[in-house]
Amino acid sequence: MSTIKLTIDETELEVEPGTTILEAARIAGADIPTFCYDPQLPPNGACRICVVEVEKAKALVASCVTPVAPGMIVHTESERVVRARQDILKLMVANHPLVCITCEKTGECKLQDYCYRYGITDSEYLGEVKELSLDDSNQFFIRDMNKCILCGICVGKCQEVVGAGAIDFTERGFASNVGPAYEDKIEDSTCVFCGLCIDSCPVGALTPKSGIGKGRPWELEKTKAICPYCSVGCGIYLHTHGNQITGVTPDKESPVNRGQLCASGKFGWDYQQSAERITAPLVKSEGVFIEVTWEEALGFIVDNLDRVRKRYGDASVMGLCSPKVTNEESYLFQKLIRSMGTNNIDSHTRYSHVSAIKALRQSLGSTAMTNSIEELVGAKALLVIEAVPLRTHPVIGYRIREAVRCGAKLISANEKQAGFRDIAHQVMDLKPGGAVVLAHAMANVIISEELYDHKYVSKRTEGFENFKKGIASITPELAAGITGVTAVEIREAARIYAGAESAAIISSAMLNDHEHGEELVLALVNLALLTGNIGKKSSGLYLPFGENNLQGCGDMGIMPTVLTGYQSVTEKAVREKFSHSWQIPISKEPGLSVDCVFVPQDNPAVKAMLILGENPAACGEGSADAINVLKKLDFLLVQEMFMTETAALADVVLPAAAFAEKMGTYTNTERRVQLNMPAVDSPGDVYPDWQVIAELAGWLGFEWEYESPEDIFDEIIALTPQYAGINYSRLLEQGLQWPCKTEEHPGTEFIYEGRFRRGLGLLTTPDSNIALRVDGNLNGKQQSSVPHVCGCAGNEMKRHSIIANLE
Amino acid sequence: MYDKHLMICGATGCLSSGSQSVEDALIEELEKRGIRDKYRIVMGGCPGFCEVGPIIVVYPDEVFYCRLKPKNMAEIVEKHLVGGEIVEHLLYKGPDVDAPSRFIDTIPFYAKQKFNVLRNSGIIDPESIDEYIMRGGYRALTRALQTEPAAICEEVKKAGLRGRGGAGFSTGLKWEFTLNASGSKKYVVCNADEGDPGAFMDRSILEGDPHAILEGMLVCGRAIGASEGYVYCRAEYPLAIKRLKIAIRQAEEYGLLGECILGSDFNFKINIKEGAGAFVCGEETALLASIEGRRGMPRPRPPFPAQSGLFGKPTTINNVETLANIPLILREGGAKEFASVGTEGSKGTKVFALAGKIRNTGLCEVPMGITIREIIYDVGGGIKGGRDFKAVQAGGPSGGCIPAEQLDLPIDYDSLNQAGAIMGSGGLVVMDDRTCMVDLARYFLSFTQKESCGKCTPCREGTKRMLEILNRITEGEGKPEDLQTLDRLAYSIKDSALCGLGQTCPNPVLSTIRYFRHEYEEHINDKFCRAGICKPLFNYWIDPKKCTGCTVCAKVCPVNAISGEKKGPHEIDLDLCTNCGSCIEKCRFDSIFITPVRREADVNH
Repeated sequence: MSTIKLTIDETELEVEPGTTILEAARIAGADIPTFCYDPQLPPNGACRICVVEVEKAKALVASCVTPVAPGMIVHTESERVVRARQDILKLMVANHPLVCITCEKTGECKLQDYCYRYGITDSEYLGEVKELSLDDSNQFFIRDMNKCILCGICVGKCQEVVGAGAIDFTERGFASNVGPAYEDKIEDSTCVFCGLCIDSCPVGALTPKSGIGKGRPWELEKTKAICPYCSVGCGIYLHTHGNQITGVTPDKESPVNRGQLCASGKFGWDYQQSAERITAPLVKSEGVFIEVTWEEALGFIVDNLDRVRKRYGDASVMGLCSPKVTNEESYLFQKLIRSMGTNNIDSHTRYSHVSAIKALRQSLGSTAMTNSIEELVGAKALLVIEAVPLRTHPVIGYRIREAVRCGAKLISANEKQAGFRDIAHQVMDLKPGGAVVLAHAMANVIISEELYDHKYVSKRTEGFENFKKGIASITPELAAGITGVTAVEIREAARIYAGAESAAIISSAMLNDHEHGEELVLALVNLALLTGNIGKKSSGLYLPFGENNLQGCGDMGIMPTVLTGYQSVTEKAVREKFSHSWQIPISKEPGLSVDCVFVPQDNPAVKAMLILGENPAACGEGSADAINVLKKLDFLLVQEMFMTETAALADVVLPAAAFAEKMGTYTNTERRVQLNMPAVDSPGDVYPDWQVIAELAGWLGFEWEYESPEDIFDEIIALTPQYAGINYSRLLEQGLQWPCKTEEHPGTEFIYEGRFRRGLGLLTTPDSNIALRVDGNLNGKQQSSVPHVCGCAGNEMKRHSIIANLE
Repeated sequence: MYDKHLMICGATGCLSSGSQSVEDALIEELEKRGIRDKYRIVMGGCPGFCEVGPIIVVYPDEVFYCRLKPKNMAEIVEKHLVGGEIVEHLLYKGPDVDAPSRFIDTIPFYAKQKFNVLRNSGIIDPESIDEYIMRGGYRALTRALQTEPAAICEEVKKAGLRGRGGAGFSTGLKWEFTLNASGSKKYVVCNADEGDPGAFMDRSILEGDPHAILEGMLVCGRAIGASEGYVYCRAEYPLAIKRLKIAIRQAEEYGLLGECILGSDFNFKINIKEGAGAFVCGEETALLASIEGRRGMPRPRPPFPAQSGLFGKPTTINNVETLANIPLILREGGAKEFASVGTEGSKGTKVFALAGKIRNTGLCEVPMGITIREIIYDVGGGIKGGRDFKAVQAGGPSGGCIPAEQLDLPIDYDSLNQAGAIMGSGGLVVMDDRTCMVDLARYFLSFTQKESCGKCTPCREGTKRMLEILNRITEGEGKPEDLQTLDRLAYSIKDSALCGLGQTCPNPVLSTIRYFRHEYEEHINDKFCRAGICKPLFNYWIDPKKCTGCTVCAKVCPVNAISGEKKGPHEIDLDLCTNCGSCIEKCRFDSIFITPVRREADVNH
C-alpha cells in the first residue's frame, strides 16, 4: 500500500496509511499534549486536549484518533488550537482541588505540566466543584476522585488489559465519576490491586499508601530491579528515600512486562521491611536460639560439618537451594556442596513441577519454555488449559487478553471453572480428569481430518505411526461424555488450533497435584508437534514455572545429576572442565534427589543438610514426612529471612538477604537472564547471600575469590555454553535470552527452530485405557486445578507482606 | 358489516386531553342503546391537530369532531349515528373559518400540509396489517425484492431523500457506503430514540403506522445486504414499543419478515431494543454502544458505522421519519413523485411538531420549501392570544432561534444552515414577547447538561459552567464579563467536543445572544427581565388609568396581594407578590405591566 503525504507545522512527511495525526506529529517532532491516550488501549478521544487544526475541517480534530489523509495540512499549535487547549485546562482546573503543595503527584503530574506550558494561572470557569469522599478503605492505595479528570485510562486498563472490570464510568454529565458499581469501596469490588490504574493515572487521583509523606518524586532514587515473585520476572523500579523503599513502579521499557505489574510486584515488596526478619546469626542452645556473631556461627557450622563428614562420609551431606535466590547464589551453593565431595544437591520447590519436567524432558529433551511471553500477542489461536494465568502469572494473562484483542481465537478449558469467559471463543468447563482426554480427542480430530502438518511430522518427529493407531479410539464422541464438552465443540477446537497460522498452548508447569499431570503435558506436546507449532514465532508451549528463578536454579545445576547448563556429572569431560575451574575433584556419582530423602526410612543416608531459603516442613501433604526427616538429622543449617517452620528445626540459622538488598541475575521462564540491582542495605547484621556462601566456603577450606557477583557470573559463563555470550555490561542494557553463545549474539527468542534437544520430537502414544481410567475416576479424588504453589518459598514473603490479605 | 367506523385519536396529545374517557363514554352510550356491534371503534394514530383534541373522525361520512368531552358522546350517538345528522357545535370552529368546518379539506390547519409520512396516521388501525396493506403497504418491498441492491440505492439517491434526524445526509449515499463495505454480516438500525424535548414526530409514526418503519427497514436491508435489524426505541414510548411488537409479529405471520421473504432468498429479522433514558443514545455511535450492552457513550469516527458499526459490522442507521419515506419512494414511480415536491436541495416533506405560543399546536407535515412564516401563520394559525411573534426555536437543544426578520426563510437544509439555524429533527417552539430568551437558552442548556454522557471535557465541564453563568444571569447575579465568557466558552466547546451533542449544545446560547443580545444585557446590567419570566428580575404593576376594577385579578391571586374596590383601580402589594403571573394572565384590559424591580427611589411613586 502506498504511503500518505501530509504537512504538519510546515514539515512535509510521508507515513503509512492508518497512522494517526498524533503518531505522525511525533515523527515530525511536534509535541502534542495528551491525557487519555495510551498506546496499550484502543483510541479514546475523550479529553480533547490533543485537538489540532486541520485546514478545511469544520472543527478542531482529536489527533489521537484521526487518521492522516493525503494532502492534509495540520497545525498543532495555532492560536485556535492553543485557545481550545487553554479552555479545556481551565475547565479541568475549575473542578480539580489545587492542592499541589502536598499532593504526592506534584512534579510528575500532567495537569500541572500542561498548565505550566499554557500559562494557566487561574480559571474564569469557577463554580460548583466535586465533593466526593475519599476511598481510603483498603491498605494499598487511596482513590481521590475529586482529582480525577475522567480520562478513562484506568477504566480501559481494568476492563481490557487486566479484565478485572472493577471500575467503570458511573453517572453522567457533571456528576460523572469513575468507580466500582453501586459506589462500593474498591476493596469490595473485583479489584485485584494490580496497580495498572495507579501507574497509568496522569494526575494524582490514585496514590499508593506506602509512599505518602516519604519523599517528593524528585527526592526519590529509582533502582532498576526484577520482581522476585513469579517466573515472569517483571522489570521494576524500586523507589527509595535514604535506606527505605517507599514504593515500586513498573519498567515501561522492559520487553517482558512493558510497564505492567500485578499486586505482588506492585505491593509485595514490604516484607523486606518486616520486623520479623532474622537480623543476626542464631545458634540453638538447649532448644532456644541465641544470637551469635558471624565468627561463632561459621565456626560452629564448620565443626559440625567436618564431624558429620568424617563419621558418615561426604555423601551424607545434602544441600537444598531455593529457586528464589540469584543465579550467582545458586551457582555458589552447588559449587559448595560439590566441593564437599557429593552431588546431593536439589531444590524441594521444583518438586511441584516434576510431572511437567519429566514429560517435557521425555518428549522434547529439555524443559526450557519454547517461546517468549511477548510472542503470545502474535498468536492466531490460543489454547489455555488447566491454567489460571491471571492468578499465577498475571502478565501472561494480560498478553493472552491482548492477543484476543488483536484477533486471536481463544479456547479456554479447565476442570474447575474456565477463565477468560468474557473473551474466549470457546469456554469449556471440564469434568474432573477431562483435560487430558480433551487433548487426546483434539489430536484424534487433527489426524482423522488430516489437519496435521505432514511435512513437519515426517521431518521433525518420531512415533507417528504408533501414535496414530493409539489415538484412534479416543474419538470426540467418546471424549464428549468424559469431558463434559460436546463432540462438535471438540472438533471445532481442534480445527481452530490446527488451522491457525500459529497457535500457542498455555498450561501450567505446577501440575504435581494433578492426577494426570504428566500425561496432560505429553498430550499437549503431541498437539504442538502434530501441527508444527514448536520452533516458530508466536507458537509453542507455555508452561511457565512458579518461582522467579526456577529456570535459573536448574540452569545453575541445582540438581543431583547435572552441573550448570545441564551438563551431566557422569560425563568425564564435563567433570574435568569443572574440576579444572574449581580446583577440586567432582564426584561422578549422581546425588540423591529430594523425593528419595523426604520419605519415611529407617536408615537415612543424609545426616546433615544445608537449606538455603526453602521450607519443606510447611509443604502441604509432605510436611509430616519432611519434619520427621529434618528432626532426625545430625546437623541442620538453614539460611532464611524469617523464622519458618524449617528454620525452627535448625541447629544454626543464618540470616538471608532480600532481593532488594543484593546484586545478581535471575533467569525468567522465557530463559531471559536479567540483572537486579540492589536498592537498600540489609538490616542488622545481614549480608547478601552470595557473600555468606563464599565466606562459609572459605571457612571450610575452599579458596574462592569473588569481589562481586559479576566475578561469579564471569565464572558461570565460562563454564556454561548457553550463557557464554552474556555478561554484566550487556545485562546493564537489557536482559538476554539463552542460548546466547557469543557476545555478538542477540539472544534467542524462541527455540527448537532446527532440532529438539533430543533430536526429534516424540509423539507419545496415550495409554490405551486412559479414557476409561479417567472416566472411572469421576467418583474419586477431585482434581485440584489451581496449581499447587509450593509453600517452600515465596509464600513466606507473602506472609509478611500486605498482599497476604489478598488471598 | 359495520355501519360506520369511528377513528378516535389515541396518540399522546389526545390521550392527555382525555381521549380514553371519551372512548369509554362512547362505548357506554352505544351499549346502552344495544348498537355497539354496528360501529367499529379504533383508537388510532395522530391526525396531527393536537390543539383541538380529543378528536373523533367518523367514516365514511368524513366528519371531523374535535374538543370532545365524554358528555358529548350521547349527542353524537343519538344525533349523528342514529339520527344521521351532523352535530354542528362539535365541529372545528376558529377565527380562521367562517362557519364550523366539517372535514380536513376545509380546516385551514391542514390546507398547506402534504401527507407522505403521516399518510396512514389516524386513518388506519395501527394494529392491523391488513389495513396497512390495503393502503398500498409492502408494495415497495415487493418491488425491492425484484430490484438489484445497487439500483435501489441509486433510486433513493435520485429521489433526493436526506436524513430526517437532523443531519440531512443523503440517505441513498449512506446506503451505498454500507452496501459497498466488505463483510457478509450487516445491520439496519432504526433510530427511534427521539430525545428532543417536546418532539413527537417519530412517536406518531411509530404509534400510528408502525408497518411503514418495518417496510422501510426491509427495503434498506435488501439494499445494503443486511439480514438483521434493530429498532432502538426509547423506553418512554411504551405504546410505540407495543405497536412495533404487534406489527413485527403480524409481519412474521404473513411471511414478510423471517426467512425467504415472499419466496425470495432474502431473510430479515427485526429486534427491538429499548432505550433507558439517555438523550445521548440518540447519537449514532452511543446508540450502537447501547445495543451492544455497553455504556452509551459516543466513540470517535472514523471508523464510520457504514464500515464498522454494530458489533463491528457495517451498519446503516436511519431515523424513523427517513425510513417512513422509503415505502413511498420505492413503489412504482415513487421516486419521481417524491422528488417533485420540495426544493432543489431538499426534496419531499418534513414533519414538524408545533409547540409553544402558537394557536394550532400539534403535528404537521409540509413540503420542503415552505417558509417559516407560512408554517407559523397559515398552518399554525399565528400567535396565541394575538400577541406578537418574537422567535421560533428550531431543532431543540441543538438548534438556534429564528427571529422575526428571518421568517421568510424557506424550510430547506441548506438555506437554514446558511442562515445559522438548523432543521433539526422538526421541533418548532414558537415564542411571543412573554418568552424570555435568556431563560430559553438556560432551559435547553440544563437539559443538555443533564444528558451529557460525561466522556469529553468540553461538554461535561463546559456545559455546566455555561449553565452556571446563565443561572446567575436569570437570578440577577449577572456580571458584565459574562457575555464574553459565554461566547468564548461556547466557541471552545463547539470547536473541540467529541460528538454532536457537545458540538451543538451551545447553539441555543449563541443564537439567542446573536439575535437578542439586548435582552441579555438588560438582565445583566439592568437586572430586568422584560418578558416577565425570571422572577427576581421584575415586578407586576397595575396601571391605575387602565384598570377597570373588575376584581378578577384579586380573585385569582393565590396570596391575596391585590387590593382594590370594585370598579376602582387595584394595587399589587409587592411585599406579598410571588410573581406567579396569574393576574396578568387573567386581565382582559391590558392594565397589568411588567416593570423593573422597584428601587428605593421608586417606593413612594
